[in-house]
Amino acid sequence: MNEGRKEIIRALMVLTGVIFLVKLFFIQILDDRYAQLADSNSILKEVEYPFRGLIYDRNGKLLVYNSPEYDLLIVKKEIGSFDSAAFCSVFDLSREELRIKFKELRARKEYSPVKPTLFIRQLSNYDFAKIQEHIDEFPGFYIQPRTTRDYTTGSLANALGYVSEISKTQLEKDSTKLYRQGDYIGQSGIEAQYEHVLRGKRGVRYKLRNVSGIEKGSFKNGEFDTLSVPGHDLVTTIDLDLQEYGERLLKGKVGSLVAIEPSTGEILSMISGPSYDPTLLTGRKFSSNFMLVSSDTTKPLFTRPLMAMYPPGSIFKIVQTLIGLQEGVLHYDTRFPCDRTVVNCHNHPNPCDLHMAVQYSCNPYFHQAFRRIINQNKSPNTFIDSRIGLENWHDYVSRFGLGKPLGVDLPSEKGGQMPGSALYNRIYGEGRWKFSTIYSLAIGQGEMLITPVQMANLAAIMANKGYYFTPHLVKEIRGSNQLPAVVKHETGIDAKYFTFVQDAMSDAIYGTAQRAVIPGIELCGKTGTAQNPHGYDHSVFMAFAPKEDPKIAIAVYVENAGWGGRAAASIASLMIERYLTGEVKRLALQDYVLKGEFLDKVVLTTPSTE
Amino acid sequence: MRRQEDISGKMDWLTVLIYLVMVVLGWLNIYAAVYDETVHPSIFDLSLNSGRQLIFIAVSFIIILAILVVDMRFYETAAWLIYGVVLFLMVLVLVVGREVGGNKAWLGFGSFGGQPSEFAKFATALVVAKVIGSIGFRMDNLRNQIILFALIGFPMLIILAQKDTGTALVFTAFVLVFFREGMSPFLMIVGIASAVIFILTLLVQNELYLYGGIGIILVITILAGKKKFKRIALLTIGALAVAGVIQSVDYVINNVMKPHQQNRIRALINPDADPLGYGWNVTQSKIAIGSGGFSGKGFLEGTQTKFDFVPEQSTDFIFCTIGEEHGWLGSLVVVGLFVTLLLRIVYLAERQKNRFARVYGYSVASIFFFHFAINIGMTIGLFPVIGIPLPFFSYGGSALWGFTVLLFILLKLDAHRGQVLQRL
Repeated sequence: MNEGRKEIIRALMVLTGVIFLVKLFFIQILDDRYAQLADSNSILKEVEYPFRGLIYDRNGKLLVYNSPEYDLLIVKKEIGSFDSAAFCSVFDLSREELRIKFKELRARKEYSPVKPTLFIRQLSNYDFAKIQEHIDEFPGFYIQPRTTRDYTTGSLANALGYVSEISKTQLEKDSTKLYRQGDYIGQSGIEAQYEHVLRGKRGVRYKLRNVSGIEKGSFKNGEFDTLSVPGHDLVTTIDLDLQEYGERLLKGKVGSLVAIEPSTGEILSMISGPSYDPTLLTGRKFSSNFMLVSSDTTKPLFTRPLMAMYPPGSIFKIVQTLIGLQEGVLHYDTRFPCDRTVVNCHNHPNPCDLHMAVQYSCNPYFHQAFRRIINQNKSPNTFIDSRIGLENWHDYVSRFGLGKPLGVDLPSEKGGQMPGSALYNRIYGEGRWKFSTIYSLAIGQGEMLITPVQMANLAAIMANKGYYFTPHLVKEIRGSNQLPAVVKHETGIDAKYFTFVQDAMSDAIYGTAQRAVIPGIELCGKTGTAQNPHGYDHSVFMAFAPKEDPKIAIAVYVENAGWGGRAAASIASLMIERYLTGEVKRLALQDYVLKGEFLDKVVLTTPSTE
Repeated sequence: MRRQEDISGKMDWLTVLIYLVMVVLGWLNIYAAVYDETVHPSIFDLSLNSGRQLIFIAVSFIIILAILVVDMRFYETAAWLIYGVVLFLMVLVLVVGREVGGNKAWLGFGSFGGQPSEFAKFATALVVAKVIGSIGFRMDNLRNQIILFALIGFPMLIILAQKDTGTALVFTAFVLVFFREGMSPFLMIVGIASAVIFILTLLVQNELYLYGGIGIILVITILAGKKKFKRIALLTIGALAVAGVIQSVDYVINNVMKPHQQNRIRALINPDADPLGYGWNVTQSKIAIGSGGFSGKGFLEGTQTKFDFVPEQSTDFIFCTIGEEHGWLGSLVVVGLFVTLLLRIVYLAERQKNRFARVYGYSVASIFFFHFAINIGMTIGLFPVIGIPLPFFSYGGSALWGFTVLLFILLKLDAHRGQVLQRL
């Protein structure tokens, strides 16, 4: 008798399913009351934008902060009778502008008549004060507070970068899915590199509203609200005082300046000239100012210290010296005559030993020295021998951080170029080039390019006697340990050779860069004048000081300013004085730099390097 | 003892497939329920229910392997032991348990929490099957009936003491098993009839309509059959009982039920009376499901099931998400899956060669049926809100594991059904 009961049980199950589906059919398809209720949007969602992390200099001085601005949002459905004339006067719009605003609104992809949608962006604090008392007269309009970047200083624009609304392509490429249209994102410099720590987390508040749109307090006592989480603050390695001073010195000139603390790799100053005022690229005027800045022919948005690549000129001779010594092909007493048949030179004691060659920057000497580095008779075939020599040399220069990006914590760092056999094979064909093809490299010319930050890093290597820490701009992320460790890199060259070259650099100041001498501070430096086929030569200087326990390593590159001993050496010297003593006493030199007339026509006719 | 043989060929793969589909659909809908477009989290994010559910699912697979590896005779042999251990754990929970959401049903081990009451279901199913399956068991014996009700009564009482009324009610599902195994339908009919009349009393504003309706049914029944006198006597008693139920409704609601239970009953009758108060759940749940329309708003596109407009979004009210985002079609699929699963389990139960396995199978079917009926029923406003999960869909480790164990012990027994004869 129980067998029949299984049918009852089955019937019960099927019946339950059918009842559910019928009931669901009623509420989902036949009854559209629920769909309307869902649409009535009784809960208003308010986004709370997070505060972007602040940025400080190495001494705790505030560089970048947030200032309030306000977006006007619209919920189209809630607008009843709309006094457009009053609206225009309050919001300072013409009728035509208002009409365009509405047209833009409807064209927007995320537009919905029941959701708050952006109507006017970035009202300033001033505008807001005016509007605040009138906003109640326009139902359906809401003020959404958010923040924009503001700056305590007019300098450091290139390193800091700027923040702007996320672009369509960026949105599409964004894999984090954290961003939505209208959000701000760091576009360059530190703002872009450290976007993930600066941005913070968006918060949401839910508010209950009744049918007529009047707010009835927070939804469920704020149980589902999330507070926005501010971004992490950054402490940079920049010394603001030094930075501002350097920008003053470089004003009106085209070039770069990078100063590094050798013992840590911390970048004390990074100057790109010409630059722009960072406050231009904030707030409501962003678009028009951006057009202005980006179309400027002097390219202020171009971060020269990281992206400009120049031939290093004579400063590269110290690298050649070190490689030659380490390879055992040069010795302290190695002498070469100043034979000007291949490369030209200037007047100095002749013949030179190695110390003098660095001190007087003798071109023919380094031509010979480089030949010894490249041709070590490893192969009877001079072409093969040159290739072996160049590859060996290339290994060395790579360890100096040249020919590839150093890994500075900013976007779009360039690597410069250190030619290897691959490059010459491409240019001349395999086995068709030898020393005499590539000898320009001897004195930092030819196919060789380095960036200003690499030059400053070279100065840091000299100061450290053989190693460097990856140069970086951020030394602390407050409240986070996401900062990557700073890596120590060894050049593999004996410290004693560095001591020898330091001595020569110390003496070189008196030979080629008298202006760089700072009373009471022992400074080691090397000038360079990079030949420029397109115009006046570039002025180059790298230095560090003090010689014992160096605190600052610096490289200055001034385009079209002639001799390195003038523009670049003077600027570097003033920077070092300012950093080590806190003030500059050599006002005459300062005036000379500020005046910026480094070229005298006589010098121009003298070709070649110092 | 024979070596463990390969049972993959004898597994009921249809059931396994339905299980997998349900678990995956559940996981996706849990993600949809906790998804916040502002943050756009990953479905694997472990700080979200969806991420954790994936871990629970992975653990389920390990549990399944364990169940399949254990010798099939273990489940019958160890039934009492398992029952005893689970009851002990439940008492332990009462003493040292954690309180979660008003129910003291959680046992914490460090950061892990578990609800032993979820496992009481299969433990009770095993022991009920063992008792009914024992040689010489007769259902019409009153002593046996008392034993059976005691077996489901103990866990119920403990769970009631944990203040988890919903889970306690699940054990009434065993009445269906008893019915299948020969117990008089009287009890079941009385039970269901009382519940139906109770709810009808609440729904029908004027009691006279109710009495009128019942009167008409009585008259038709009396006129339709033979043995009129006996019928008249029986039905008069029935009618009086019905009247008693109707009259007791107000008393029960006002004096027996706790305030939150009263509210749930009120919400069922008239959710619009206080839509932001006690009617909140039902109203929001119906709005969510109802706004889904025919084919739904699309995956992750729901607006009403976000941010816990409906509370217990990813657990007890997961069906709202399905209804809103996948509409009537999605509901059809889910209801269809459940009915198919239930019918399949009944089919599996019926094809067992021994009574233990069959009774166990019916227990599984009854428990799933109860969860299915009550859970979906409450989300669409057919039943009062009783907080029990929708099997395989609702978020939660203990629940998922409990249901998995229930189902896969049956599949294990079923895979070995040929051996039973050899054993005898």
